[in-house]
Amino acid sequence: METTNTLTAPIQAGKRTERWKLGIRGARWMTKGITTLLLAAGAILILTPLAYMVSISLRDRSQVRQASLELIPMRHIEVAVNGKDEPLYHVTIDGETREMALLKKAPGGKGIFADPANPDVTYELVLKDQTPVRVISIHPENYPEAMTAVPFGRYFINTMIVTFAGMAGMLFSCSLVAYGFSRFRGRWINILFLLLLSTIMLPSQVRLIPLYVLFQKIGWVDTLLPLIVPQFFANAYDVFLLRQFFMTIPLELDDAAKLDGASPLQILLHVIIPMSRPALVTVAIFHFLYAWNDFYEPLIFLHSRDNWTMAVGLQTFNALYSINTHLIMAASVIMIVPPILLFFFSQRIFMQGVVITRMAEK
Amino acid sequence: MLNIRSWSLSRREAAAGYLFISPWIIGFILLTLGPMLASLYFSFNQYNIVDMPRWIGLGNYTRLFNDPLFWQSLKVTLYFAVLALPSGLILSFLLAILLNQNIPGVRLWRTLYFLPSVLTGVAVTLLWVLLFNPQMGAVNQVLELIGIKGPGWLNDPDWSIPALVIMALWGVGQNMIIYLAGLQSVPAELYDAAKVDGAGRVMQFRHVTLPMMTPVLFYNLVLGLIGTFSYFTQAYVASGAVGEVGGPLRSTLFYNLYLYQNAFDYREMGYASAMAWVLFAIVLLLTLVVFRSSSLWVYYEGELRGKG
Repeated sequence: METTNTLTAPIQAGKRTERWKLGIRGARWMTKGITTLLLAAGAILILTPLAYMVSISLRDRSQVRQASLELIPMRHIEVAVNGKDEPLYHVTIDGETREMALLKKAPGGKGIFADPANPDVTYELVLKDQTPVRVISIHPENYPEAMTAVPFGRYFINTMIVTFAGMAGMLFSCSLVAYGFSRFRGRWINILFLLLLSTIMLPSQVRLIPLYVLFQKIGWVDTLLPLIVPQFFANAYDVFLLRQFFMTIPLELDDAAKLDGASPLQILLHVIIPMSRPALVTVAIFHFLYAWNDFYEPLIFLHSRDNWTMAVGLQTFNALYSINTHLIMAASVIMIVPPILLFFFSQRIFMQGVVITRMAEK
Repeated sequence: MLNIRSWSLSRREAAAGYLFISPWIIGFILLTLGPMLASLYFSFNQYNIVDMPRWIGLGNYTRLFNDPLFWQSLKVTLYFAVLALPSGLILSFLLAILLNQNIPGVRLWRTLYFLPSVLTGVAVTLLWVLLFNPQMGAVNQVLELIGIKGPGWLNDPDWSIPALVIMALWGVGQNMIIYLAGLQSVPAELYDAAKVDGAGRVMQFRHVTLPMMTPVLFYNLVLGLIGTFSYFTQAYVASGAVGEVGGPLRSTLFYNLYLYQNAFDYREMGYASAMAWVLFAIVLLLTLVVFRSSSLWVYYEGELRGKG
């Protein structure tokens, strides 16, 4: 008895763990399934607004006013009856489906229908039982129309100038400064680095007003310069990000170049920069996004129409043409296309970059 | 001899270092420190750019504390923060946990959820203005399908802030990515140790994941709070699109919006500078308070080592 017990006990236990494992595996599949379902539901919530944006941008004004939730823009077909355009319906009379025009609505939720070929014979039918005849009707011409309704070409050029000139200034100055902070020792360099990091916490409002006054006095307000020139003086985020990356480049490479007689500047240009492509691309992408979307500073510094960037132009467009929702959405779609493309072509850089920049904030 | 040479070398090296960081030093003096001091000076003056500043001592500050709109702007900002920050934190943290699991297509999901956070600014705000339209907007139409009569959203002073909060929640993907990185940096040994001690998944979450994540959660909370005081574009564009900037009934008069109006609409540069310095003090205070209180509930790895 005892011997059998000691023999069977582990086997039974083994069976039990086997069954238990199966249970766990089943539970895992359950959690995976539930997770996927939750994520899918969330993704629909997240993407629907964007789909809706595109949908509205392809409707005409009457379709916008119909405000249907359908994402594919539809239109009621109309037929000429006695010289007037009336909406066409599929109607059911005596179990037979026919196409008829709705001439007018009648009390009690009914409508007066007639065959367009024979408009004198009318039928009074319950309106909600009949289905309107509709076709897909999209309006891509909204896009060129939106682009010409306001000088978006001009705004586009301005935005590009601000974005890329600022990006050049940022890359130039931040590389130099990050190199200085990553490779040189001096009594003040560490203190200056802490000072640099502390400016991340500084609300920009405490310097904005005097800067405005300064730019006003030197005649830069209402030019693109206040949005570009400050980029040539480095900023804490990008310096920190680049410095962290430069620190990972082995000092032996610097030393080897030094032995070959390279100056510090040559080391930066021929050793550090070529090895830091990923970091430089990351800060460049983030700068693009920032400059492309920025509304606050362009609103403050740019006053006349010809100098606006797309963000300010779009906001003003909305204020002026608020009845042309479809055109506003077309312009909005155009504005979000570059960030979306950039995002899909460089998502890994994006996601890593977010993490690293947030580390900078620490 | 050798000593002097190495001394001069290190000195030469330091000089090169200062030369490389000089763009930032110059920028710091001209674009940060100088303007900060000037703005402090302006805050004690009446100043409209055209005329010379006129010294009024603490006048701007006493006026500020008696200005109902200043208090309104503080209230609006804090109300938004109270609604948006905790919900954003919970939502993005939950998403990060879901996306940290080994499920098929996880990278696609991460990409999708991250997407809205690169789409900020005017275009997306105008889209939400349309979605929130009380009559034509998709939000209220969907609510109607399930039998709820939707509110006036941006047109209703009671619902304008919740509308902006929903808009902000759409972009939680950015924080999600940060939490995801945090979750992935939790050492696997800790989970193994917990398993050996017989901890189930809930216990692992409670005693490993959560304590390891609190620093990240905490920093995001502080940064979110500071960020709320700079909140501008969405409020300006959304309220402007449905009526008056900061409206309806000043229900979206965020701190930074009121500061902007004082400076650039009313040309009250001194008054706006005083607002900027009060903001600076608030941010400083918040940062200090939260950092001080953090030792109560934030868990740092160093403490573990110390106790262990």
